[in-house]
Amino acid sequence: MTIFPTKKVIEVKDLHVHFYTYAGVVKAISGVSFEIYEGETFCLVGETGCGKSVTSRALTRLIESPGRIVKGRIIFYRDSGPVDIMTLSEEELREIRGREIAYIFQDPTAALDPLYTVGYQIAETMVAHRTADWREAFRKAINILKSVIMPDPERRVKNYPHELSGGMRQRVVIGVSLSNRPKLLIADEPTTNLDVTIQAQILDLLRKLKKNEQMTLLLITHNMGVVAEMCTRVAVMYAGKIVELGPVIDVFKDPRHPYTRGLLRAVPNPLGKVERLESIPGTVPNLIYPPPGCRFHPRCPYMMEVCKSKEPPMVDLGEGRKVACWLYVK
Amino acid sequence: MSETLIKVVNLKKYFPIRGIFFTKARVKAVDGVTFDIRRGETLGLVGESGCGKTTTGRLILRLLKPTAGHVYFEGKDVFKLKGEELKKFRKSAQIILQDPYTSLNPRMTVFEIINEALEVHKMKISDKEEFIVNWLRKVGLEKHHLYRYPHEFSGGQRQRIAIVRALVINPKFVILDEPTSALDVSVQAQILNMLKDFQREMSLTYLFISHDLGIVKYMSTRIAVMYLGKIVELAPADELFEKPQHPYSQMLLASIPIPDPEYALKKPKVRVYGEPPSPINPPPGCRFHPRCEHVMEICSKEEPPFIEVERDHYVACWLYAKR
Repeated sequence: MTIFPTKKVIEVKDLHVHFYTYAGVVKAISGVSFEIYEGETFCLVGETGCGKSVTSRALTRLIESPGRIVKGRIIFYRDSGPVDIMTLSEEELREIRGREIAYIFQDPTAALDPLYTVGYQIAETMVAHRTADWREAFRKAINILKSVIMPDPERRVKNYPHELSGGMRQRVVIGVSLSNRPKLLIADEPTTNLDVTIQAQILDLLRKLKKNEQMTLLLITHNMGVVAEMCTRVAVMYAGKIVELGPVIDVFKDPRHPYTRGLLRAVPNPLGKVERLESIPGTVPNLIYPPPGCRFHPRCPYMMEVCKSKEPPMVDLGEGRKVACWLYVK
Repeated sequence: MSETLIKVVNLKKYFPIRGIFFTKARVKAVDGVTFDIRRGETLGLVGESGCGKTTTGRLILRLLKPTAGHVYFEGKDVFKLKGEELKKFRKSAQIILQDPYTSLNPRMTVFEIINEALEVHKMKISDKEEFIVNWLRKVGLEKHHLYRYPHEFSGGQRQRIAIVRALVINPKFVILDEPTSALDVSVQAQILNMLKDFQREMSLTYLFISHDLGIVKYMSTRIAVMYLGKIVELAPADELFEKPQHPYSQMLLASIPIPDPEYALKKPKVRVYGEPPSPINPPPGCRFHPRCEHVMEICSKEEPPFIEVERDHYVACWLYAKR
């Protein structure tokens, strides 16, 4: 099952994002590097505030003030050749956003404009990127709604967002993002606001679309179950850093970083019989004053002297697995 | 173990939707639920948003007035309690709410928040400060937290304060209404384990309301599955997960993402489709019939009875009922 595709879609190198707040500088992302390959579903997983959403938004420089990308390179492999997103002008970037890299955000109600019909909003994306004129775009909108399995698409295309349920709105948002057949689709907690039976349907839809459209998917979630069912490779984030990265089956079967282990043991598996959940003591650190050394050391059961002062390097374990932990440094 | 603490009989709650002059329609939030909660157990109540699980919890505590039906706490009708007896009930039955950001008064210190519970219920304690600090230590907080305000705490810490506030008056029964859905997984496990420990130490009875089936299974002795204001299945926790009988329970269980990528590859496929209809005009007969794969003629005409299919395992479905 584990595939190692070779063609890169995007590559992030040593990304740093800071937020300049009144309380101090929040180091939301500190040195994140990864690459996403064509056709895979890459997952960023972690708890609130670990930087997974910020990372995904930074990919097209969607970081608003007081935030700033302070360092790093983001190489996007376009059909015409690789470009560094960091060096592009705002205009060139707009060409990529919504056309080659599209987003699905968590809250479909906020993502849709209440004053326009859903058909208009799907068509608008195509017109804005000049992939269709209005007449054609409206016609295509119905097909797009069909492809996201919206019941009764001919009628729904004329509906306003408030006339649809949460699940249907998320289908529309997915439709909008797919309208230009993007190379990379970034889904940021696409099912967090939805009920489980609706979540299952949306995940199923994403899986189908990915297969039919040969899309690459970056999925951001905090739900380990969603990771297990959807992803090819996973990166676990903690306090603004990637602590472990690898093929999803291997990481779940044999997690190496103490945080990954803790996280997996803290989620009750509804199929298994668990007498007692293991919890990770303490809480996520404040990123204005992150702990020195390894950011997980105050909560880590395997903490050593070196962890308190020196940041662990990313150790390559082979077979596509990496871990940032002193336990694996020889 | 099997002594009944709470008996809920045909409980209903309809919320009116008001027009300009008259009531336009009524939302049937809870529409005739009957179950009991046994002393010392945790009864899990699961269902999707809007199925009436929170309303059921609030009715049991008499935080809402029912449209019809009864709740008996230790044999006494909760809705008929008055004066001293009502106060006694209020002390015996507590609730821990979902959002610790809104359930604690931002203008009160931790001491005041907890002390208020002691004052209201006239608990005689010689050294309140020491008493409260001891309680705070039980949930992993310290003495220096005593005079701080809620905004100085993280979500997990706030939920600990809410737990102390509920348990400090020594209740018999506690409703946990999505106590961890606002929290991160690493903190969630801490809180759930803590609640389990308190249950054992204080012989508490829990009603655990949640939409997360994994957690419900971890916490519960028995589980009731709700759909659109009705209980469709009630069974011991393990049994429900091993052999769910109602088509809705089967759909719900098939929808949970399992944190095991190898299992995900061979996961049995149950068709999941459709959305819950509006509780204003629920479908006639069995409310699940428009989404049900096994729908029969009778399902849209008559409501299925709630019958015991196996010992302690109840289902409301025509597949199992004889006409």
